[in-house]
Amino acid sequence: MAAAANEPGSDQWPLWEVFTQAKDGAPHEHAGSVHAPDPEIALQNARDVYARRGEAVSVWVVPSAAIVASSPEDRGPFFDPADDKPYRHPQFYKTPRGVRVE
Amino acid sequence: MARDRSSDGAATLNSKRHAKVSTPPPPTPDDSAPAPAPDARIDAGETIEPKDWMPERYRHQLVRMMSQHAHSEIVGMLPEGNWITRAPSLRRKLCLLAKVQDEAGHGLYIYCATETLGVARAELIDQLLSGKAKYSSIFNYPTLTWADIGCIGWFVDGAAIVNQTVLAKASYGPYARAMVRICKEENFHKRQGYEIVATLADGTPAQRAMVQDAVNRWWWPTLMMFGPSDVNSPNSADLLRWRVKRFSNDELRQRFVDLTVAQAQAVNLTLPDPKLRYNAETKHWEFGEIDWAEFKQVISGNGPCNRERLEARRAAHDQGAWVREAAAAFAEKQRRRSAAPAA
Repeated sequence: MAAAANEPGSDQWPLWEVFTQAKDGAPHEHAGSVHAPDPEIALQNARDVYARRGEAVSVWVVPSAAIVASSPEDRGPFFDPADDKPYRHPQFYKTPRGVRVE
Repeated sequence: MARDRSSDGAATLNSKRHAKVSTPPPPTPDDSAPAPAPDARIDAGETIEPKDWMPERYRHQLVRMMSQHAHSEIVGMLPEGNWITRAPSLRRKLCLLAKVQDEAGHGLYIYCATETLGVARAELIDQLLSGKAKYSSIFNYPTLTWADIGCIGWFVDGAAIVNQTVLAKASYGPYARAMVRICKEENFHKRQGYEIVATLADGTPAQRAMVQDAVNRWWWPTLMMFGPSDVNSPNSADLLRWRVKRFSNDELRQRFVDLTVAQAQAVNLTLPDPKLRYNAETKHWEFGEIDWAEFKQVISGNGPCNRERLEARRAAHDQGAWVREAAAAFAEKQRRRSAAPAA
């Protein structure tokens, strides 16, 4: 994978977001970020900064510019399609008394 | 400036909105001006994330406080780094090396959290190297003996733990999360220091004298680390109102004293304060007057080691230039290769 270029007009290495998996089977979680000129150094920097004590069994690095995020101002309208669908929850349904269904 | 590269979530779907929230703060000319009404979300105890709306002054105060904190971690490596080659045993050397490496890591956690506020890393580094930025006054004192390394871990990291435990609940998400990470690692720092102190205190008369001397020199500067008394702290009110800080400088200082007195007694060392006495009513240790004139001198660049610290930092930065250039050239070469059509 090709690395992102430096900031225009700056010798600042690009920023990478770091995700670490704490143990086998666990999800990768955002840990922080590092600057690095290429993917390999980004991985090494991520290890040195975010896994000095065996906190991770796996690390992902992603160019920060590649992340697309929802915007906080849209929190309401963006997520409200889920607000009026109680039938997506098990409590919505009636079951005969005394029967174990879960 | 890398405004669009905030960690904790980069580009937004709505670029207009994003552009709005990632505009850098205009410089606030007067730090003592009254703060605007605090954001209701902060009042409600919610966490503020990088792209959320925030009062300009909140952002400004965060950048100021967090960058000073990051610089302190970085400069903090210097007084201890001086002793890595002179550690008295391989065990001590390994421990100190790991501790100093942690401090670098802590600086990086906080720099990356500060960048989420729309400030470029390069700009922060420039501010430190040019002498424009402040960092903790404590690191402008010299480390004269091995016992000083013990005292730094015990006192300075002990004080940092008191501060940072509270900051782990700060209203700004990236800062709070960096603090959680730091707090997990900081206890090792304190214990390695206290172990050094306890070993020397239990040693020969010369070792005892050496560690008592270090305690005498580090105690008062450590109390100053918590910052000016609340009556004279221009930024405290803002930071408390916005739940960046949750306790005042004086409250945290008191908490540190209360914790540390018993630890000094346990190793038969005397804290250099004739006014130190236990108040059974308040259940706190009362202590003497801090020399704020000294604090002001050190903060404004006239401490014993200010110049030396910055020179060492600049030299390290300059000497690393070829590594940065080589890595950038290599990355550029890879990019050109992967862009070239297959032969």
